[in-house]
Formats: sequence, C-alpha cells, structure tokens
Amino acid sequence: MSSNSIVGKSVPRKEGRDKVTGRSQYVDDMVLPNMLFGATVRSQIPRGRISKITFGSGVAWDEFVIVSAKDIPGKNCIALIGDDQPCLANEFVNHPEEPILLLAHPNCHLLPQAVEAVSIEYEPLPAIFTIEESERRSEVVWGEDNIFKTYLIEKGDVDAVWEKAEYIVEGVYTTGAQEQLYIENNGMIAAFDAAEGITVWGSLQCPYYIHKALMTLCDLPAEKVRVVQMETGGAFGGKEEYPSMIAAHAALLAIKSGRPVKIIYDRMEDMAATTKRHPSRTRHRTAVSKNGKILGGEIDFTIDGGAYATLSSVVLSRGAIHAGGPYYWPNIRIRAKAVATNAPPHGAFRGFGAPQSLFAMERHMDRIARAVGLSPVEIRRRNFLQPGQTTTTEQVVREPIDLGKLLDRALVVSDYHAKKQRFVNLNRLGTTRKGMGIAAFLHGAGFTGSGERYLSSVVGVEGCADGSVRVLVSSTEFGQGTKTVLSQIAAEALGLPYENVSMAQPDTLEVPNSGPTVASRTVMVVGKLVQSAALGIRQTLISSNLLSDTYTADEFRVACMHYVAAHGEFRSWSRYEAPSDIFWDDQKYRGEAYAAFAWAVYIAEVTVDLTTYSVSVDDFVALQEVGKVLHPLLARGQIIGGIAQAIGFSLYEKVVWQNGRMQNSQMTNYIMPTSSDLPPIRVFFEELGNVYGAYGAKGIGELPMDGPAPAIVNAVEDALGVPFDSIPLLPEDIMEALDKDGLAATAQDSGVSSTGVV
Amino acid sequence: MSDSRESLTKVEISFTVNGERKTVRAHPMERLLDILRQQFQLTGTKEGCGEGECGSCAVLMDGILVNSCLVPVLQAAGSNVVTIEGLAAGETLHVLQEAFLECGGAQCGICTPGMILAAVHLLNGTPNPTLEEIREGLSGNLCRCTGYSQIVEAVERAVHPRTTA
Repeated sequence: MSSNSIVGKSVPRKEGRDKVTGRSQYVDDMVLPNMLFGATVRSQIPRGRISKITFGSGVAWDEFVIVSAKDIPGKNCIALIGDDQPCLANEFVNHPEEPILLLAHPNCHLLPQAVEAVSIEYEPLPAIFTIEESERRSEVVWGEDNIFKTYLIEKGDVDAVWEKAEYIVEGVYTTGAQEQLYIENNGMIAAFDAAEGITVWGSLQCPYYIHKALMTLCDLPAEKVRVVQMETGGAFGGKEEYPSMIAAHAALLAIKSGRPVKIIYDRMEDMAATTKRHPSRTRHRTAVSKNGKILGGEIDFTIDGGAYATLSSVVLSRGAIHAGGPYYWPNIRIRAKAVATNAPPHGAFRGFGAPQSLFAMERHMDRIARAVGLSPVEIRRRNFLQPGQTTTTEQVVREPIDLGKLLDRALVVSDYHAKKQRFVNLNRLGTTRKGMGIAAFLHGAGFTGSGERYLSSVVGVEGCADGSVRVLVSSTEFGQGTKTVLSQIAAEALGLPYENVSMAQPDTLEVPNSGPTVASRTVMVVGKLVQSAALGIRQTLISSNLLSDTYTADEFRVACMHYVAAHGEFRSWSRYEAPSDIFWDDQKYRGEAYAAFAWAVYIAEVTVDLTTYSVSVDDFVALQEVGKVLHPLLARGQIIGGIAQAIGFSLYEKVVWQNGRMQNSQMTNYIMPTSSDLPPIRVFFEELGNVYGAYGAKGIGELPMDGPAPAIVNAVEDALGVPFDSIPLLPEDIMEALDKDGLAATAQDSGVSSTGVV
Repeated sequence: MSDSRESLTKVEISFTVNGERKTVRAHPMERLLDILRQQFQLTGTKEGCGEGECGSCAVLMDGILVNSCLVPVLQAAGSNVVTIEGLAAGETLHVLQEAFLECGGAQCGICTPGMILAAVHLLNGTPNPTLEEIREGLSGNLCRCTGYSQIVEAVERAVHPRTTA
C-alpha cells in the first residue's frame, strides 16, 4: 500500500453533509404529483378463516381505492426463499397484523378512520404462541409438523464422551424477541405506467429482493420493475425482507389507481406488524474433563419463526454454526430447528441467529466454570480454538488468531482482576452489588456456506465522461458507511483522491445485483469486487495507451475523458468467484462456513441496585479482531452502536406478547437505551488482515451484537451469585429471583423494593 | 372549543421560521411538524414516533427545544422557530454540524437534525457542559445507530474545537 493510502483513514462520510443539514431525501420527504396515500387493513386475530368483510357507514368509500388479494396480477406471495407468505390474506389469516386489504386516498388524514370502519368477521382457529406449544403439535399451523427447517451438525462421536466425562454440565437459555427500532419507520412510494412498468422508491436494504418480489407478484419481466433506494434512516436487518411486503402493497394500489401511492407506517404499525429478532431456546449438555477441557457436547438450538418461513432457515443456519462459540469441540452434535407459531414472522436483525446461540454458549461457559471450579477466564483459555484446529463444521482455522492473547489484553484494559478483588470487599456492604462478566465469541462474515457462490454478486465501476469515477452497486447505505468505505476502496485501487469517486444511487435500472446489504458482507465481499472492477478501469486505460503505469489524478481524469469520448460508456464489471480453497457441503452441513471470522472478547462491569433491582453497566471493554480497519471512525461507530443495541437486548427491550400480538408497540413502553443509560464503551481493535477481503478487511457490522448480552448477564451473576439464563433481564426478574433466594431481604428496605423500573 | 365545526375551520397563523416570516392557513390543531414538512417543504425535521418520545422532530421554538409532533400549530403563532435548515449560514456549517461530521455523530442521519438542535439548545443554556450534562441534555433524543458516544464527543468537540482529540 502506498504511503498516502486512503483505506485506514477516517475520510469524511460521503453523504454526511446532507445528513447534518437535513437535506438528505428519505422516502417520506418525497412527493409525487397526484399522489395517494395508502394504508393496510390487518388481521385482528392470530388464526382463522375470514368469513365476511363489511365496509362500515360514515366513510365515502367511492373516494377510496380498495385492493384485495383478487387484484394481484401474478402470484399472491412475497417471493423470498419459500414463497409461503401471502402478500394479502385471501381466505385464512395466520397471525395478528396479517395484511388483508389495502386502502388509498388523496387525504392521508382520512385513512385511519377508514381502516377502522372495515370490519372483518372470522371463524377463529386455535393458535399457538410458543416454541413449546409448536413442538407439542396439538395444532399444526404450518406444513405437516410446524417445522420450517432443521439442521444437524455432527463432529466426532458425541455418544462416546459421556462416560469419559468428569463433569456433565447442563443448561437451558432463552432470548426474547427484539424490535430493530430504526428511527425512520418503514415506507415506500410506488408508481405504475403500462409502458414503463412499476417503480418503487423506499427505505430498504436489498433492492434486488424487492425486484424479485415485485416481478412475481405483478407478473412483470425484470425490465419492467425498478427499485430505487432513498436515504434510509436505520435498518439493522429490519429493512431486509419486510420492505418487499410494503413495496408490494404500494405497487398494487398504484396499479389499481393509476396514480403514485405512498405508504408510510407510523411507529405503532411498524413495531406491531413488521419483523423482530427470533425468540430462541438453547439447551446445552456438555462433557468436561477434570481439568476443564470440553470433551464434547450436545446443543439443541430452537427458534420461533412466527407464522411464515420467510428468512428463518438462514437465521437458523447462522445461529447453529455459531452455537459452539470460539471453542474447540472434539465431538459435538448441534440440532437446530425453526418452528412455526401464530406471531408475525420473525426476521433479520443484526447478528441473525448468532446473538441467540452465543448468549447460550457464553452463559454456559460460566456455568461450566462453576461446575469445574475454574474461573471464567481460565475455562475459556483452556478451550479456545487454536489455529490448525477445526470448528464445529470442521472448518480448519487458518488465521493466526490467538484468542488467549486477545483475552489477556481485554483483562488488562478492563482492569479485570483488580476490580474483581475490589468488588469482593465492596459487595459485603451497602445496597449495591458489583460484578464483572466476560464473553468470547466470533462472527462469520459473508453469506453462510455456499451462499456467496449462489449470490454470484456483480459490481461495476464506471469511468465517467468528466473523468471522475462512479461505483455501481446495489449495496445500500443505511448508516453503516457503505458509500464511504466502497468509495475509499475504489479510490485506493485507482490511486485517486477519495473526492474523485462517487456512488451511484442504488437503482435497479442503473446498478447490477451486488447482493443484499446484510451478513457483514459489504466491505469484505462487495469491497473486494469493487477493488477488482476499479483495477479493470485502470488496466483498460493503460492498455489503450491513454495512461502510463504511474499517473497523477489529473492524468487519469484526462485519460478517462478521452476514453469515453472515443468509445462511449466505460464500465468495468467484476463478478464473485468462490476461492478454490473454500468448500462447503450443504448436505452434511460441513466445511468452510465462512471465508473469514471476526473474533472478540468483551468485558462488562455492572452494578445491581438491591433497592430498585436495576442493573447499570458501568464500563464496557470491546476488543476485536476484524481484519484491516478501513475507516477507524466508522468502525468504532459500528461497534459502539451494536453494543448499545445489545445492551438494550440484555436489559431493557422486552416485547410483551398477548395472543401473538405485541402489546407495547410504542417507544413509550418498549424501552431502548438513551444517552443517559449507556456506559463509556471502550473499543479496541486487533488487525490480523484477511486474504479474502478488500485490503484485508473482514465483516464488522454484526459482531458487536453477539457478545454484550452474555458478558452483562455473566457480570450480574458475578455480582449476585445467582444465575440468570433468560434475556431481557429486567428488574422484576431479578427481584423475583432474589426474593426466592432470600437474598433481597438482607440489604434493602422492602417498602420501596417492589417497583423497580429502569 | 364551543363548536366542533369551529375546530375544523382553518385559521391564519403567522410565525417566523429560520428568520423568515411565514403565514399559513391551517387547522389550529395541525401538528407543527406537518406544517413545516408539508407546507414549507422543510423536510429536515423528521417524524420518528409521533408521540414525543424520540426527539427526531425536535425544533427550537423561541429558543426552547420542542417536539414538533406534539405542538399544535396555533401554539407556534407569533413565535420564532428554528429548524435544522436554519442552522448553517449559507454553505458555512454551524460548529455543531461540523463537529457531528468530524466525530461520526451522524450515521443513518434520521435523528441527526433533532439531535443537533438538542445540542444547540444544551449549549445555549450551558456553554461549557460536563460529560454528565451532555448525556442528560441529549437524553430526550433517541439514536439507534451510534450508541451516542460519537454524538457526545461531537458536542465536546464543538465546545473545545482544538483541545479535544
């Protein structure tokens, strides 16, 4: 890399100026002439047959455009993996909030009362709401057995380990649903023209997911569907698959009315109707030797997928592959299962199954430590994966990762041992208890297994008529810094100033399918393709004798202008090719699950207040190896932001369900952390590099979601001496456990103890 | 209201927005947020929750930070409103806007306008805030991307442009 390299520098965010001045255009900022506003009539019950729909009095129905399943020109589904989710319920509904009818009107203020005035009669069917109910199969609500997908990962001979074990440690761990809670609610605008086809503009992560869904729904060829991403105000996975539904609804209303239609969800609708993180249950049974070495074990990982399959199979896959954590398992059997219930489908959320299974793994490591009589530090150190060993899918660790060293550094920067000692004395007195907790973990970058091979992503880099360079990708910016980092990579590859590179707006008419913006794949996988497409531009100019091997930015500009003047459009394309040393067996679920893993050790310090039972995180150390850090400021922002969401997942954010419906679908009663709730989050990077990523980068976006929950709950156990195996862990849960334990009465005035509110 | 139809009658309401005198015919109970966005095309003010929890729609009204989703436009009559669009002087950014750019205070950008106005409000009243005061002062504005650290650092940078690293 040259000394004036652009990667590794915190260059200004491409679209930053527009964001701080309020000029950025989000979908709700866009107005089209003659536009209608759309709204959705949804199921009020979890499961049943629709018997009658009545349009009530007091509404001028002739002014409204009304769409039902009968108006769908193509197939009534949201095409994704299994195509089982209807766009509009026809005869049966399978979850509360399932879309049934669509309404549109020029006056958006008239829509809520119109939605209210539609009354739907149902013949209710019995519904199920928990993993356990689904497993019992007293009601079969999906397929033949309520099971969307199972996986089996097997390594060695687990059945032979139990008799050799000194200790057999068992635990059951559960995690709750979590709302993505991007601050910009979901929204779409659609316009239809018989000649041009359908165009949608919206808040979204994956333009080509929507493109595919609209082709299927509207029975249109690829060239008659156009999807444009507007500035997107946060996504976190929550705008991976559900925007296809909203785009489909806006499109149907636009087709029927012949006018552009805007659908913007309000907060309650967004929280109640769209996807959330899959609730999970993980059972561990582990054989451990006398000296604390894991001999083998069984992990049973189950997630609640809600009413339709959507992305559950892939969430399950990632969760299952991460279930063994960053440890060496000579023998293991992981059984993974996604089951159906009558809740709205759960979906993508940063981490994608891994935060659930890693919460279990890292809580279980502390349980093993206690059983064996080792410290949480020592039990991890003795079981860390080493280079040359294999993961649970028998992927050989080729990276020179030294997790022991990572752990040592985290212990030093968190002042772990000194604090532990201090807390022993502190915790004898007073009404607070302090504790320290560790989590060690890993996160695979890119699509799982053969996923990248199937995606076969394409990116383009364009030399423009004015001599500047433009990157053409469907990868979207929603806060993480996609535009900035991909521009850095192109600029670096071409030896040009960062300012000379721009990003095309993701618009399926304009940009190729570089895959979805998910799975921590953008910088590593798409970035690498941008690098190679940029080099193609350079090679072409050099081989056309317009440029010599070394050149200035000005010489490049002139060469590029000449090329375009002589030959017209000047674009270089690059398509993903799987590295020859990466192999994955989809049948046996064995092999190279990911081209690279990011590795991390996080340490949390907490205080539990024995009067209010609230937990505060006082200090948080996040140490990770993520390959080359291409933009230190953005990378740190990703880590801190992810940890903040994960602190919410651990201690604050509880979805309250009743008959499959979210009861607290407001920011007033679904509580995410504010600036006053969060500790100083101290971020440290190790940089080993990665041969498969652009300039040595790995994925980073999801990693910070995985570790905080177990680190925090381990710290709470350290503080109180009472184990907690379910999150979110709310004050009332702690109160109940301590009351049961008889600990609470020792340190507080019972008169004020029962209303712990964070 | 004595007559329910009276509340449906549009009235003329005048106030100052970003230094400009504006008059609008609107129902008195229309939200200031909608008037700003739809009548004045000042779309930098964002709606996040519509119930005053998230602060994305925050604007300054006579120097006070208000959630414009909870302000009936009638209440703005005669007041002086500042939105995110009124902060920069032409192409010269406000010191807080610069600081947000430098410190990574804006990620997805949707909370940014309200957050920056909350920071302006904080510094107007407390020109030299402690870390605690910054965290407290911004706690009415939710951000899901940043975990707030880089926002807090941006406010510190704006206060001490040279001394904070």
